Amino acid sequence: MSLFQVFDISATAMSAQSVRLNTIASNLANAEVVGSTPQETYRSRHPVFSTAFDTFMTDQSAVGVRVDGIVESGVEARREYSPGHPMADDEGFIYLSNVNTVEEMTNMISASRSYQSSVEAMNTTKQLIMRTLSLGS
Amino acid sequence: MNVIDKVLGVSPSVLSIRAQRLELISANLANADTPGYKAVDIDFGDALAKAQVASTNLDSRNGLHFDIGGLKPDIMYRTSGQQSLDGNTVETDQEHAEFMDNAIRYQASLNFLEGRIKSVLLALRGE
Repeated sequence: MSLFQVFDISATAMSAQSVRLNTIASNLANAEVVGSTPQETYRSRHPVFSTAFDTFMTDQSAVGVRVDGIVESGVEARREYSPGHPMADDEGFIYLSNVNTVEEMTNMISASRSYQSSVEAMNTTKQLIMRTLSLGS
Repeated sequence: MNVIDKVLGVSPSVLSIRAQRLELISANLANADTPGYKAVDIDFGDALAKAQVASTNLDSRNGLHFDIGGLKPDIMYRTSGQQSLDGNTVETDQEHAEFMDNAIRYQASLNFLEGRIKSVLLALRGE
């Protein structure tokens, strides 16, 4: 148990949040992707977080976070009638990705706030450690 | 308890409890978006009382004696006002406030310690 563990914990949070930001960037980039079948159309991806109970922390009271995996959203791809589109199927339909741009933007704000709070925790802890080290000098 | 311990008083125990609390709060902040995570904390008063019992230098000469040095504060779940739908009970604003509060109190203890150390040095030098 020491202040240094705060760095480990905050680092797990920062890497998890950066995975989340990556998936958001991917979703936003592919928001306008069009496909001929629902299967080949891009689906939005989201990371699944879980508490990292079995990692390097010896004391299991204060634990970090880890990304268990990335899941694709099960929301149906939007179907649009557009017979003139080069990607249209036999019936003249195209399939648009199921990315909800507004949802992704709010998700992005939440991720960046969480990232910031980890940075802040690290900074404060660094100051405390530096002051402790210079004790009595 | 030796002389230096007496001079430094309760501050070293306070520092270590504050450090542990800081660790727990940073874990809460780290898991602010984890489904099902329950925010944890310790009761400072209880932790300090236990630390003081542990520092009274009780000797155990028999294997059946309790190891009183291993007294650790109980880690408790925070009671949350608003639990989110995914079962997470971390309230980020509250955790931020607790984190800063704890950090400032840690620095206060550092200041007290610094003062004590300065007094000891002054006494040793005899200037």
